[in-house]
Amino acid sequence: MTNAVLLAVLQAVVVGLGAPLLVGTLRTLKARLVGCRGPAPWQPFFDLRKLLGKTPVVSDTTSWIFLVTPYVLVSAMLVAALAAPVLTSRPPLAFAGIILLMSLFLLGTFFLALAGLDAGSAFGGMGSSREVAIAALAEPTVIVAVFALALRANTTNLGAIVERLSVEPLLAVNAGHLLAFVAFFIVMLAETGRLPVDNPATHLELTMIHEAMVLEYSARHLALVEWASAMKLFLFLTLLANLFFPWGIPAQAAPTALLLGLLAVAGKLAVLVVALATLETVVAKLRLFRVPELLAGSFALGVISVSAVVLLR
Amino acid sequence: MAIIVYALTALLSAAATALGVAGMLGARWALGIDWLVPLGGLMLEMDPLAGLFVALVGALAVPASLYAIGYTGRERRGCLAYAAFVAAMLVVPVAANVMTFALAWEIMSLASYVLVLDGARAGRESNASTHAAWVYAVVTHAGLACLLAGMLLLMAWTGSARFADWQAAAPALGTGARSLVWALLALGFGAKAGGVPLHVWLPLAHPAAPSHVSALMSGVMIKLGVYGLLRASFVWLASAQSGWGVALLLVGALSAVVGVLYAVVDRDLKRLLAFSSIENVGIVLVGTGAAVVFAASALPGLALLALAAALYHAVNHAAFKGLLFMAAGGVLHGTGTRDMESLGGLIKRQPWTAACFLVGAVAIAGLPPLNGFVSEWLTFQALLQNDLLHWPAMNLVFALAIAGLALAAGLAVAVFVKAFGITFLALPRSAAAAGAHEAPATMRAAMLITAVGCAALALGASWIVPTVGAVGATLVPAPPPVTLGEWLTLEVSGDFATLSAPAVALALASGVLLPIVLLFLARARPRARRYETWSCGRLLQTARMEYTATAFADPFTRVFDFFYRPARRLDVDLHPESRFFVRRIRYENPTRFIVDEWLYRPLGRVLRAAARHAAVVQSGSPNLYLAYVLVALLLLLLVA
Repeated sequence: MTNAVLLAVLQAVVVGLGAPLLVGTLRTLKARLVGCRGPAPWQPFFDLRKLLGKTPVVSDTTSWIFLVTPYVLVSAMLVAALAAPVLTSRPPLAFAGIILLMSLFLLGTFFLALAGLDAGSAFGGMGSSREVAIAALAEPTVIVAVFALALRANTTNLGAIVERLSVEPLLAVNAGHLLAFVAFFIVMLAETGRLPVDNPATHLELTMIHEAMVLEYSARHLALVEWASAMKLFLFLTLLANLFFPWGIPAQAAPTALLLGLLAVAGKLAVLVVALATLETVVAKLRLFRVPELLAGSFALGVISVSAVVLLR
Repeated sequence: MAIIVYALTALLSAAATALGVAGMLGARWALGIDWLVPLGGLMLEMDPLAGLFVALVGALAVPASLYAIGYTGRERRGCLAYAAFVAAMLVVPVAANVMTFALAWEIMSLASYVLVLDGARAGRESNASTHAAWVYAVVTHAGLACLLAGMLLLMAWTGSARFADWQAAAPALGTGARSLVWALLALGFGAKAGGVPLHVWLPLAHPAAPSHVSALMSGVMIKLGVYGLLRASFVWLASAQSGWGVALLLVGALSAVVGVLYAVVDRDLKRLLAFSSIENVGIVLVGTGAAVVFAASALPGLALLALAAALYHAVNHAAFKGLLFMAAGGVLHGTGTRDMESLGGLIKRQPWTAACFLVGAVAIAGLPPLNGFVSEWLTFQALLQNDLLHWPAMNLVFALAIAGLALAAGLAVAVFVKAFGITFLALPRSAAAAGAHEAPATMRAAMLITAVGCAALALGASWIVPTVGAVGATLVPAPPPVTLGEWLTLEVSGDFATLSAPAVALALASGVLLPIVLLFLARARPRARRYETWSCGRLLQTARMEYTATAFADPFTRVFDFFYRPARRLDVDLHPESRFFVRRIRYENPTRFIVDEWLYRPLGRVLRAAARHAAVVQSGSPNLYLAYVLVALLLLLLVA
């Protein structure tokens, strides 16, 4: 019992502190790739501390929805952090499946979109409308990718997927599995607001999606929203790493095993972050109404992956 | 007088709920009064499936009747029709022979028709609403005709009007005969359930009725169509055919997607909810169809899982759709309009209604920790195991259904962000919305009860799913598909999937508290300063700067342009002196309903032409009519 609680706290701390670090590393890498020096990887921690000390400015048009949303968002991400197989293949919320995790992300999107509408400015409405449109269109790909994994592992339980796929040989060269990975990667880009779907660095009115939605937030509310967004990115990348390449994740929560698990996750995340930074440096943002084509493409990849399993059995 | 009728209806419903729950848990009884109605007499029989639906109708009718007291005020009209409507819905599931069933079914339809017409007359657009009632009457009677045709065929072939005899006699019939009867019954029940393409009446009739009636029509009346489909597929026609299941799966997936696509672009709050009912019935039909396919393919365990998911979603949808219609009625009551483009800012004027609508919205969008999430999750778990069928063509059908449900689930989030955000948040878009008043106490109480019901259905999932599973096991005998692990975890098919709804709710609640506590400990809580919304330095903020419902749905109208086929019209009225001054811009993009245009318009034209030609025999001369009688008599004698 105490062990379980300790593991839960440890995992929450790893995700909670790892997320800003991951975002900072991503920014540093992107800056280096375009020839700038860029901020240090731990810059987001300073940003968050600065935001926490400031006085929030809240629009008088808003209601309690606006004030509650940052907390709901952080809560959804923390629960997701406890449900995901980050350090061990038996996460603290061991019953959690991948559909629960995706629904927790949607819960965050739902409240954030409401908060975007709450202030009554056109920017917030625009951001909300676009964000939910992209989330809705990404949903079929999510479920089809889940289906592809469930077919291979015969479970939708996150921990069990990791355990069963880690013993499957030749996983890394299995074309169907890699297609599902690519499909899920595109979903990650869409759901976490990365290029080419959304530009996380933009504040140009007509192109922003996520940033438009959170435009009214300031001080500690903004800090919570940014922290939650960072955790969402961290968790999506962890899922990509641990579900599709489930190597080096211990089943037991012994200290040395946990350290190894942490190193394995950090290594895989480093690879994914380099890939993401490179991708974001070389591609341009898609027009909003070309995004559905991208998502349709990822859906097709997911369907091919599923048919590969069904037909090649 | 009206208050007494509503109070009595609430009492009757409460009693019926108790009876229904008892029946669900296994108390079977039968009641026959031979002399009351012709052709077999009145016959009622209680079994677990009937008990579930009686309990469902009763449990929603209690808050709906309470709500009606506040909603209708001293208005007398409609209260008797309402009582008849509730009573008939309570009788339909326990009806045990054709006559009883047809009577209860028809009273249910007629009473709701009267209520729709009544709501129509009370509303402002009386023309449109009379049309709604008319379409409802036509579809519901076409459905009844199909039902009666199917039942009479079965009666003729089995030689009995008692439902209990059909189950024993049906296996002796040929597959073709059974499929024919099933198709007729499915048409009739499908029309009542609102499956696409038989859904056309639903978005017209449900919004037109008074809101407590809308809540019952969307919450439970359409579920009686699902009840009929379950009875027909698993009981009356004995062992199910996989072809029936495929039809249900495809219709269900189509209904889910079509319903939610229309909901996302609609600007009428109650019509949006009606379209969303089509979506949810689609989810239930997909579960039912999957159950039929699995049962026909000798996978009873999976069939029972799919059936339990469908029943659970039907129960959940009754709770949250009832709640949402009541809250939408609160908006209508407080502002006098259902048009979202003239609502907004109601969360400050109607805090209770807004909070209840939010609970319903989170539940129906399938978000944790509420009940919609748990039943959609269960449905997905049943569908995702379709590879056990080892039948590639069927796996493809399932993949289509899964993708359709996933798209519907994603779009449902958008629908309810729009419904809640545009209606309740930001600034009011009209004087009516600015002067809105909160709903009276009885309406608030009814909404609160239903909202608590939604939460209870989610937190109690660990008991409710096994209970509906036991009800389903009377249709598909199989061991329980869901077992309980530690921490009240639902375990589906061994360890295929697990979920503990109470643990998720608890974790989310503590997750909200954690940052509050941390910020408090860090003393990082400077008081917030109130200021106006930032918007690029404009002088003042008005409601005209807000995003509208139409604008919110714009990405969807563009992406699904091929489906909506909007007839865009843009009129720009320029100043005669200079074309740089615009006096007025008028932009319309009304959605066109392709099912109406491609199916019902041509059908209507054909019917009208046929009627014109048939009118030739109707000359108005009594002598000719007498000649018809004579010819008919002679023909009958010749045949006999």
